[in-house]
Amino acid sequence: MERISKDDVKHVAKLAELEFDEKDVDKITTQLDRILDHVANISKVDTEGIPPTSHVMDVKNVFREDEVKESVTQEDALKNAPDMENQGFKVPKID
Amino acid sequence: MEIHYLTAHELKDRLKKRELSCAEIAGSIYSRIDEVENKLNSYIRLDKEHALSGAGEIDKLISSNAIEISDFTGIPVAIKDNMCTKNITTTCASRILENYVPIYNATVIDRLESRNYILAGKANMDEFAMGSSNENSYFGPTKNPWNTGRVPGGSSGGPAASVASGEAICSLGSDTGGSIRQPASLCGIVGFKPTYGRVSRYGLVAFASSLDQIGPLTRDVDDCAAMLNVICGCDGNDSTSIDTAVPDFKSFLAEDMKGMKIGIVKELMAEGIDREVREAVQMTIKMAEEAGGKVEEVSIPSLEYALDVYYIIAPSEASSNLSRFDGVRYGHRNMQARTLREMYQRTRAEGFGEEVKRRIMIGTYCLSAGYYDAYYEKAQRVRTLIINDFKKAFGKFDVLISPTSPTTAFKIGEKIEDPLTMYMSDICTIPVNLAGLPAISIPAGLSADKLPIGLQIIGDILREDNVLKAASSLEKAIGFKDKPGI
Amino acid sequence: MALDIKNLKYEPVIGLEAHVELCTRTKMFCGCRLSFGEDKNIYTCPVCLGHPGSLPVINRKAVQYAIKIALALNCKIQDYTIFHRKNYFYPDMPKNYQISQYDLPLGVKGHLDVDMGDYTRRVGITRVHMEEDTGKLLHTGTTGRISESEASIVDFNRAGTPLIEVVTEPDIRSPEEAREYMIALRNLILFLDVSNCSMEEGSLRCDANVSVRKKGKEKIGTKTEIKNLNSFKFLQKGLEYEVERQIKLLESGSKVIQQTRHYDSKTAITKVLRSKEEAHDYRYFPEPDLVPIYMESKMVEDIKKTIPELPATKAKRFEKQYGLSIYDSNFLSNDRDLADYFEKCCSCYGNAKNIANWMMGDFSALLNKEKITIKESRVTPENLCRMLEIIDGGKINSKMAKSVFEEMFAAGKDPGKIIEERGLEQIADKSMLEAVIEEVLRDNPGPVEQFRQGKEKALSFLIGKVMAKTKGKANPRMVNEIITKKLS
Repeated sequence: MERISKDDVKHVAKLAELEFDEKDVDKITTQLDRILDHVANISKVDTEGIPPTSHVMDVKNVFREDEVKESVTQEDALKNAPDMENQGFKVPKID
Repeated sequence: MEIHYLTAHELKDRLKKRELSCAEIAGSIYSRIDEVENKLNSYIRLDKEHALSGAGEIDKLISSNAIEISDFTGIPVAIKDNMCTKNITTTCASRILENYVPIYNATVIDRLESRNYILAGKANMDEFAMGSSNENSYFGPTKNPWNTGRVPGGSSGGPAASVASGEAICSLGSDTGGSIRQPASLCGIVGFKPTYGRVSRYGLVAFASSLDQIGPLTRDVDDCAAMLNVICGCDGNDSTSIDTAVPDFKSFLAEDMKGMKIGIVKELMAEGIDREVREAVQMTIKMAEEAGGKVEEVSIPSLEYALDVYYIIAPSEASSNLSRFDGVRYGHRNMQARTLREMYQRTRAEGFGEEVKRRIMIGTYCLSAGYYDAYYEKAQRVRTLIINDFKKAFGKFDVLISPTSPTTAFKIGEKIEDPLTMYMSDICTIPVNLAGLPAISIPAGLSADKLPIGLQIIGDILREDNVLKAASSLEKAIGFKDKPGI
Repeated sequence: MALDIKNLKYEPVIGLEAHVELCTRTKMFCGCRLSFGEDKNIYTCPVCLGHPGSLPVINRKAVQYAIKIALALNCKIQDYTIFHRKNYFYPDMPKNYQISQYDLPLGVKGHLDVDMGDYTRRVGITRVHMEEDTGKLLHTGTTGRISESEASIVDFNRAGTPLIEVVTEPDIRSPEEAREYMIALRNLILFLDVSNCSMEEGSLRCDANVSVRKKGKEKIGTKTEIKNLNSFKFLQKGLEYEVERQIKLLESGSKVIQQTRHYDSKTAITKVLRSKEEAHDYRYFPEPDLVPIYMESKMVEDIKKTIPELPATKAKRFEKQYGLSIYDSNFLSNDRDLADYFEKCCSCYGNAKNIANWMMGDFSALLNKEKITIKESRVTPENLCRMLEIIDGGKINSKMAKSVFEEMFAAGKDPGKIIEERGLEQIADKSMLEAVIEEVLRDNPGPVEQFRQGKEKALSFLIGKVMAKTKGKANPRMVNEIITKKLS
């Protein structure tokens, strides 16, 4: 059964901001199809009335107080920037 | 025995008796590294100068009585390269972070620094901790010290290989689906994944937030307990860390397991598990009984779906966690791109390896419109069933026992082209992460071809005490003393 | 030209999404200060820069402020609320996901009554939720427009600022109502002291969902989402344009296409930003790095206690307690500072109507002219009251009072002092006035005769002469009395 098409793969790649060439699209479509087919096994499980688990531990209401913590220096903030201008992170034309 | 093969507690004793200096320990570790690192590739980054001068400084502090010698003072510890070390490159074994220099320390690093540890180096791993063989490193695979044609396991392959081969005394790894326990098993050492929330994740580069947990890889259960004492505890920087008292984990080490109820997980002793591995586990079961344990078989039926649940949840969370690697604020960027979207796509296409991209794709798909309910949410529901099954089992048993890995170390290249088969390597360890449980892997012997076999001991939530008790008494019974041939 | 909604066959159906930046001391999920347009990237840390390994921790105060807003909007506070991740790539988002809320927002099912003068519009509040703000993008090039720019610069000072989103039901029926709703929302939130709520500074922002339908029809038409409506004026103008555009489309037999549009204030039109097909797939899922919030009733009760009297209640009280008109009560109670000022005056001066008249008249005019708030003005309530007492005592007339007030406003001086300095005190000394009046009557026999013959106009002339001779300082009422008495 085909769970995912090449077009789906291209659409998902766009959502994930990944680029694949045609050859890779073929390969990854096959792999994803196999993996998704396997994991879709869980559809057989009856989960009627079973709530989803996001956190295994019963932790709740964790807050920090509204107290100022020193920020990092501007130099540290920008230290890893691949490109910058005027103390800001520079990015190419937004399309 | 050579200094580099001693345990942290043995070294501590010698440091205390002034039979050894920190500089000698670091020196010994670095000569071992010089000797075997080109064969193993356990490390991504080493800084001999820094380590040796740091050790010298600690010696001075000790001799001037400025500091007390506590656990891990002056001990060279390998740190998996997905934990942020301030001003020291942290790559996650990825091209996308090849030159990333963190501006802060992970909480565990701060805790180790307060003990005056020595950073042996940043250890190799599968890229972003995704893998079971360490073959997915941008910096080349780590080899198994027992047989360099074999994988050391993953994703903490570097931390495991370094400790097994004497390139570090112990190490910190991270475990999302078995990434500490499986390599510990394949390399013949001890690896522990604490209860989810015991150790702060702050500064651990996230793979799957609801599953990730930092833990120790050590030569024995003693060192493991000592390391838990250092790294466990609530952290205000991690909302998911548990605000509960941290016991002295060393106090749980025991001679025997009298009165302990032990469950053998039926589903994890079935076909699909190597005969040799099963036999080794059977042997330990006998030992457990001899040590006073009451052993019974237990079935956890929902384990059938654990792998599927994991391979939906982990990639889904990962797809979101890894969105931040976009070439804007840090890390690799494709400088030829003329538009933003082009920059994003090329940066990420170049920066991530194949397995990482595959998981981002799976995760993005599982979260996308129209599929969320059938995949992600459904997986979270089945996850609840798995948790409930474990709860039921722990109503009857103190610990559960299984193999850590279905096989011993497999050949490099053997599974890399077949993601699904590779994913099966984590079949025994994954359920533990899904339920947030503590679990250890200890060496249970060697296979005929001289490869280590690991035994997994699983405890209930926050019951590290039972795990350590069982592990320490079985460790003595098994008496595993072998060292790799390298 | 404003759209004449009442005469159209169509009726606009509008829902608004407002974003309110909270004025906590620190960001939503980290301890960095909030910034106000300083140097770029100085209030950042691993968390708000989205560095690998960093984790968010919820600011307790931000949650309290959010609950306060939700309560003031008559929302039901949910017992259990969680954060979700909203995933999409954009360079002003450090993690490429925004921590927001999705199907379990903090507050639901509230309403805000908007006074439209001759009617009240009750606007349903669908939800109030918490999220984090993005960084700021500056587009290089001369125009600063994204489309004409070759590159952009990102500043993350604002990234992580606590943000509250208030979403309405599609209950709004005209662009004017939309504008009034936003003003009412701002006024309400200002009362709570949890945000600066300035559209100019961007601490209050608004997007709109707009559709039109034939009057009397139930079914809502295809809607468009309008962005960049960043002032009360632009909100109204943008919606007027959009409503008209949609009606024209329908009238010409075309269809409205579901899309996101951007309002350009320079050209006063809306332009397509993206179509439905290009709409984001946000892949919401529960934020695994944050734990749920269970609303303890004590927590909510404690917050409830911190909510001051709100405009609607205040207006009713003003009407009753001070005998003001509905209009005056509304005017004075919509603005917290204005209301506080008014009540301070009432505590030291008895005639509330007089206070209201001055505050709504000359005082407001000057505030508007100088573009300052009553809080920033230099006229203290005590000084305003003193001036009103002086007027009542007949020392100055209302014309003089106006000029005295201008000086009070400009220099912050005590009115008594101004009157003294300028020698403005009215001549209320009867003997002095009588002497002047004698003189005027003697010098103007003609008008005196005319008055005696019953010509009222002659009296005004004579009073005018007295006023001129006293350089306006005479009390006109007394002059009137004395002349009338002398000539009768």
